[in-house]
Amino acid sequence: MQVQTHVDIHSEWGIVAARQAGRKLAREIGFGSVDQARVTTAISELARNIYLYANKGQIYIEEATSSGKRGIRIIATDEGPGIKDIRKVMEDGYTTSGGLGAGLPGVKRLMDEFKIDSELNEGTTISAIKWLR
Amino acid sequence: MNHQIRALIHEYRSTITDEWLKEVEKFRGENYLQTISDTVYQNTNREFVDMLFRTLDREEEDVKASISEYTDRLIQLGWPLNYITRGLQEFRKATVDTLIKKEEGRALEFYQEIEDWTDEIVNILVSHYSGTWENTFFLQKMALKELSAPLIPVFNNISVMPLIGTIDTERAKQIMENLLTGVIEHRSQVVLIDITGVPVVDTMVAHHIIQASEAVRLVGAKCILVGIRPEIAQTIVNLGIDLGKFPTKSSLKKGIEAALEMTSRQIVEIDE
Repeated sequence: MQVQTHVDIHSEWGIVAARQAGRKLAREIGFGSVDQARVTTAISELARNIYLYANKGQIYIEEATSSGKRGIRIIATDEGPGIKDIRKVMEDGYTTSGGLGAGLPGVKRLMDEFKIDSELNEGTTISAIKWLR
Repeated sequence: MNHQIRALIHEYRSTITDEWLKEVEKFRGENYLQTISDTVYQNTNREFVDMLFRTLDREEEDVKASISEYTDRLIQLGWPLNYITRGLQEFRKATVDTLIKKEEGRALEFYQEIEDWTDEIVNILVSHYSGTWENTFFLQKMALKELSAPLIPVFNNISVMPLIGTIDTERAKQIMENLLTGVIEHRSQVVLIDITGVPVVDTMVAHHIIQASEAVRLVGAKCILVGIRPEIAQTIVNLGIDLGKFPTKSSLKKGIEAALEMTSRQIVEIDE
């Protein structure tokens, strides 16, 4: 597995950097403008979650391949407080920060594959893939 | 500095200069300095080394002033800080080496004296450079802030807020403030928020826009969201953001027509 881009998130500017890196790779892989917007928005949500809840963490963006398919994989990882109830955060409208509560379920809908691992007080790793159609 | 060492440095000035110029020429090829013409490069080097020797005999305040003047010029011409720090390192080496060759027994003494001398100069140079950067950074931040969320009255009772670029928490706060004060100041009944120039609308951006429009509603005006590009529309739907309570239009033009309608006006062509 070859990690192509890595962005440190420790301020709001990191979110912008991650987004731009994601848009660039999505364009290179050949995604259309709608999917580019989906991928960038997903990165934006994941990066913002890192910034909001864990203060700092990393976003990895890379090309994904599987049985002839090409796509883009986003991995967001942090060593923050972790998620207490994963089922709950995947519900629309559930929020602990006064936001819209659409972030994580939204990312799941924006992307094709979505996986979340979280350990309380250890951190969270989310990985999501969008396949090229 | 020790009077004797100072005299020695002056005595071997030309040897040190030659040594130094040789070294500096070596690292020129390594980087960005290649684009600078030979004459300019040589002149700047000369000036640099002259300035260094001048600092030997001057009072501290004088030294600071002459170094500042020199760095200001380099900064304006866009020379990298690397040139100066690297150049000074080489200069120290050249000076120490030359002096040690003449009087080997006093190596440690030379080394300490010369290091004290050049360290002081490095400090002044670096703080001057970074001060200029910080200043530029601050000014750009201010300039960005001024541009960030203007509310423009376009007709009686109708205002437009064009948003361009990334919306972060700081800007979201400003959008809210400018909207509310502007609505009251211009007595707007309808405010158009144009997001054509916003690259990404995620849940936070949407949340801020929803809050702003809710606040505008409380002061008695209406918000129309315009400039939603097709791909943004799709991501908003995917995210599951509910903008149902919100009047939206695809373009600013349509938004203005709607706003005129809401204030019982319309644009008509004049028949001659």
